[in-house]
Amino acid sequence: MGNPMKIRASAKDGVTEIKVLMSHEMETGQRKDASGTVIPAWFINEVTAKLDGKTVMQAQWGPSISKNPYLAFKVKGGKAGDKVSVTWVDSKGDTRTDEATVT
Amino acid sequence: MTQAAMERRQVLTFLGALAAAGFVVPRVALANWDKTAFDAKTMDDALKAFGAGAPADSGDVQIIASDIAENGAVVPVQAVSKLPKTERIAILVEKNPNMLAAAFDIGPDTIPEVTARIKMGQTSNVMVLVKADGKFYATAKEIKVTLGGCGG
Amino acid sequence: MDRVSVGIAAFLAVSAAVATAAYAQQKDAAQEGIEAYREALQDGNPAELFELSGEELWKTPAGPKKDSLEKCDLGLGPGVVKGAYAQLPRYFADTDRVQDLESRLLTCMETLQGKDPKPYVEASFTAPPKEEMIALAAYVSGQSKDDPITVKPKHPKEQAMYDLGKRMFYYQGGPYDFACATCHGQEGTRIRLQDLPYIPGQKGAAAGWGSWPAYRVSSGQMWSMQWRLNDCFRQQRFPEPVYTSDATIALSMYMAANASGETMKTPGIKR
Ligand code: HEC
Repeated sequence: MGNPMKIRASAKDGVTEIKVLMSHEMETGQRKDASGTVIPAWFINEVTAKLDGKTVMQAQWGPSISKNPYLAFKVKGGKAGDKVSVTWVDSKGDTRTDEATVT
Repeated sequence: MTQAAMERRQVLTFLGALAAAGFVVPRVALANWDKTAFDAKTMDDALKAFGAGAPADSGDVQIIASDIAENGAVVPVQAVSKLPKTERIAILVEKNPNMLAAAFDIGPDTIPEVTARIKMGQTSNVMVLVKADGKFYATAKEIKVTLGGCGG
Repeated sequence: MDRVSVGIAAFLAVSAAVATAAYAQQKDAAQEGIEAYREALQDGNPAELFELSGEELWKTPAGPKKDSLEKCDLGLGPGVVKGAYAQLPRYFADTDRVQDLESRLLTCMETLQGKDPKPYVEASFTAPPKEEMIALAAYVSGQSKDDPITVKPKHPKEQAMYDLGKRMFYYQGGPYDFACATCHGQEGTRIRLQDLPYIPGQKGAAAGWGSWPAYRVSSGQMWSMQWRLNDCFRQQRFPEPVYTSDATIALSMYMAANASGETMKTPGIKR
């Protein structure tokens, strides 16, 4: 499940800019806790973004993406009122989808 | 039902049970996640996993990042391709235990400019690899990592 | 002064003065790089994720009275969040105390929601009760982003709090005989690449006061001002202050009043 994402999308001159903050630990599997036990890897490995139902971005990530990841990109087309949806899937099979409206 | 279809169903049920138990990630969701590429421990292996071989150095591939990162836990990087028919952009960190940080599939409407934040264990070359019209191009930049002062 | 503090004072003086021209040049290139790095972090501050969860906590009924915090008076009247953080700390007649944001939140949780503040005060900064406080502080502080800091001690208790804060800022003690002023009392002090703000001045006070709560990229944690101060007590080798105690509010009052007139940049993002 995870916590909500923060999605911002704005259209200008025929280009929609999409910015997403995700809430995730992004554990590398290389860190140890206070008692010396290795903290198992746990990270988002796929992100899919749709603009008005059409897939515009698919990202594959490894554990080298920072904790609480940020992703920004631009798409041709789109207008105020369009729906943006972003879905992530992590290495435990957990997934979350959030939506926003283009401004 | 044919024998093959039944077997297929059993396999699917088995995968479903594993997924429910948290052992495997549902396959459908991870259409493109390439374990070989993400597990690669050398630059050669990472490039091979991409089918990239020796990518050509290109001024049309850009990496926008500050020369120094105050903290390696969060290093902002923008990867840009000016090449027509860009299909894929990847970010690799030479001195990280797993070199490949991220790969982005660029659709026909997506502008090939992505911003992400990566972890860096130490000062290293960061490479942006681009696949455009079936060919591979790359550029690299050294980003210094300071571990900061004594505060906090 | 003992030997350690003389050593550290000398070290601070050297980093402030900058030894040679070559060293200065090298430092400036590094400093430029760091500034570009900090600039790149501004867009997409993960603190926004904490603002989201703080807003949720603010609006969700909780505690024995099953009420939300939406009627909480942060100084501008019940329910007014917009701009409230830029005018804290301030005197509140109902508690007859000068309060900072976090102490005021505790008051509202007690009166509106019927919660016992004790577990919130005693929990460590990484435990769930403090996570709630920090998320709430992130949300409220975000509602004062870009507002002018307006803290002008008028009420006698506000003036007394400011004076106490100033005395504490210059009070030397502990094993190294440190005061806040040892590290934050001269312009241009730097430890390695960390600029230490000159807190008695308006700009320096705002650099410190006006950017907390902040997301710390080094730890991936959201820190409130109370946590920031708690850590400075540790740097000073002073005993750990009690959460929302007058000592912490006095220092906040001193910094906020010095920063008055500058702009609130909360929630911030720091190394
Ligand atoms: C031993 C030196 C030292 C002492 C003593 C000290 N600090 Fe600090 N302080 C630091 C350092 C170093 C940082 C920067 C930490 C960082 O960047 O991680 C800092 C950061 C801060 C900040 C945040 C500044 C910013 O730009 O975000 C504030 C506010 C602050 N200190 C207040 C105080 C107060 C109040 C006291 C006295 C209770 C105090 N400090 C005592 C070293 C010190």
